[in-house]
Amino acid sequence: MSALNNLSDIARNGVWKQNPLLVQLLGLCPLLAISTTLVNAVSLGLATILVMLLANFAIAGLRALIPYEIRIPVFVLIIAALVTVVDLSFNAFLHDLYLVLGIFIPLIVTNCIVLARVEAFAAKNGLAASTLDGVMMGAGFLWVIALIGGLRELIGQGTLFSGIEMVFPSLSGMQVLSADYPGFLIMLLPPGAFFTLGLLIAGRNWIETRANQRLLDQRKHNDKPAEKTAPATA
Amino acid sequence: MSELPETSTSTPPQRSTVHIALRTAAILLVFSLVFTAFMASFYYLTEPHRLASEQTEKMRLIDVVLAPSRDGLKTFYNNTLLDDAIILPPINALGTSENTRLYRARKNGQPAALVVEAIAPDGYSGKIGLLLAVSTEGQLLALRVTQHKETPGLGDYIDPKKDRNKVRPWITQFSGTGFDRIPPEQWRVKKDGGHFDQMAGATISARAVTNASGRALAWVNEHREKLFALPANTLYKE
Repeated sequence: MSALNNLSDIARNGVWKQNPLLVQLLGLCPLLAISTTLVNAVSLGLATILVMLLANFAIAGLRALIPYEIRIPVFVLIIAALVTVVDLSFNAFLHDLYLVLGIFIPLIVTNCIVLARVEAFAAKNGLAASTLDGVMMGAGFLWVIALIGGLRELIGQGTLFSGIEMVFPSLSGMQVLSADYPGFLIMLLPPGAFFTLGLLIAGRNWIETRANQRLLDQRKHNDKPAEKTAPATA
Repeated sequence: MSELPETSTSTPPQRSTVHIALRTAAILLVFSLVFTAFMASFYYLTEPHRLASEQTEKMRLIDVVLAPSRDGLKTFYNNTLLDDAIILPPINALGTSENTRLYRARKNGQPAALVVEAIAPDGYSGKIGLLLAVSTEGQLLALRVTQHKETPGLGDYIDPKKDRNKVRPWITQFSGTGFDRIPPEQWRVKKDGGHFDQMAGATISARAVTNASGRALAWVNEHREKLFALPANTLYKE
């Protein structure tokens, strides 16, 4: 039961409580560059999940062999090797997908969240928990970057899913706002990503504060009747 | 009894600094060797597959750049391009740093067009590979980007697959142009006072492609006769 709780904690940490983008503020470089459209953002998110899964798995497996003093260079080495191998295998065996996603894969190396999770989690935990942590942190990255990508695309150019025909040739993007929407360039440029991220962080903090406040109120409410009903009736 | 544990605890600290440093260095070395070997072997294992897919992609693009000249019944060329290629050494005007192949399209043995690779060295993130088809009249039939690492969603509109404008992708404005219509000093993006459009906020990619295509077109026009005259599969010498 506690193991199960532990796993669900890992999942909740990755997706919400310790969300890489909203709480840890890691991985801003790919966020700025890639979250211009929904399709690009989701593609990068999926590639990130794959790399984080592999990196956490490999390092949790090898952690007994890595001396503490040189762990960072070894981690960097392993992550770089894994990303290279993923890049090469996409190029060789999934070439159509590589033409679409190819550019994103090397960019994952610039994402500090991979190294951060390896250092903070995989170096101290078992194989299963570490792999799950990698996937869940990746999932937390994915949903936030997808949301930002969608908002920037919608406000910046009035469309959604543009570019999806590169992944699924039978589908095409949607013009959501009217066709003569002039566009809002700053949303497509890096500042747009900062604005959107800032608003999302504020939103998340607001939700958390409200939930905490409600919890406090509830506790006070529960405590009060026990203490105060007696004097009130007296 | 009490001396044994003492010696065993006191000896390691004496040689420990050097010992640990050496041991750590050795471990780091082993990790580097193992993972470098891992990457290198993976690189060589996948090389045939990667080259094959690159070649397929290049042939598809050659079809694309020569397509504007095929109007249904009249085929613009009727030779086998793969057999009628010459090898170009690295050429400054084309920006190439390795040997490339130049394909010669002919109609009934008469020169029709040249398909040449060029590199724009000054993209926003590194080199941009280009493929140009140039007719015997000196017209740029079409231009395509073969490989690039421009920012997704920003500079990558130079690749028509990534361009949001599906009806008239940016790169198609080069199709059918030539120095007869746009003089070399006008062969620039509008921001540099030239003729070609660019997207606001992502000028560098467009500028790199435009300038490189101008240089390549000028080079092909200058050397056309010599390029067509060479026997197939020989090395061109400047």
